[in-house]
Amino acid sequence: MKGIIGKKIGMTSIFDPTGRQTACTIIEAGPCVVTQVRTKDSDGYDALQLAFGDKNEKHSKKSETNHFAKASTSPKKFVKEFRDFSIEKNIGEAVTVDIFAEGESVDVIGTTKGKGFQGVIKRHGFHGVGGQSHGQHDRSRAPGSIGNSSDASRVMKGVRMAGRLGNDRVKLKNLTVVKIFPDKNYILISGSVPGHNGSIVLIQK
Amino acid sequence: MSALQYVHDQLTGKKDFPEFKPGDNITVNYKIIEGNKERIQSFKGDVIKRQGTGATATFTVRKISDGVGVERLFPFFSPNIESIVLNKTGRIRRSKLYYQRKRSGKSARIKEKRLIVEGVVTSG
Repeated sequence: MKGIIGKKIGMTSIFDPTGRQTACTIIEAGPCVVTQVRTKDSDGYDALQLAFGDKNEKHSKKSETNHFAKASTSPKKFVKEFRDFSIEKNIGEAVTVDIFAEGESVDVIGTTKGKGFQGVIKRHGFHGVGGQSHGQHDRSRAPGSIGNSSDASRVMKGVRMAGRLGNDRVKLKNLTVVKIFPDKNYILISGSVPGHNGSIVLIQK
Repeated sequence: MSALQYVHDQLTGKKDFPEFKPGDNITVNYKIIEGNKERIQSFKGDVIKRQGTGATATFTVRKISDGVGVERLFPFFSPNIESIVLNKTGRIRRSKLYYQRKRSGKSARIKEKRLIVEGVVTSG
């Protein structure tokens, strides 16, 4: 596996030479610093710990400052482990967007936008009550029946109902890397990625 | 510079089209690929809408073709737009001219905006 931590900037669209327009998301990915190398001997598994985004030294605890000082870097906001990193990296080294190539397919992990308490139509794709007749004048978005009658006398577990929607960790698989700007650390990924602009996403393969 | 602007400048860059607004009459010369042949098709009509900013901006051109209204939407930065010719500037009072869809014939005309150019004296 290889991966990087990034910040979602926003969406735009680009044209290919034939004039086809593709929607894509700009992500400012890295440069991340390797802050710890986990090995099978010492930790039981292989992984790289990457850190991204500068943090004010005043707001970091001494334990954090010292941990980052081991990698001779300033305190960072986001720290994430990537298991079985396919590229050999030592502590203190940087991971940049160069690890990906244009045209490569990657997975993007992010936290979706929180939608709050939502009804069953938005949350589970119920179709609602079709008509306005048969006495249905004010129930067009109601869930309808939630189970049987006396032969159960209870609501089954897992019945889909209204509730909190969004704010979930989501992984989108096999998105294409459209373009990379190594000098600006931008990576363009086709289509949309989870979360609002400015949210943290993980790009991995 | 914002990231969106930077990416747009790197990938698309500037277009040297004449400035046009809704209400203007323009001719869009558009590249059409048929098999492996390429030819230019022109579409002349009134701009009824300009929408969007940056790389995703589009404009809509409306014309009456054989008595039938035809609208075509062009992405502003499409590489297939070869050139745009500004024929007339229109005098209009709103930015989206959807009311044109209900009109035909004489009432569908857009008045031309005539500019006073200093130094030009007309006789009479």
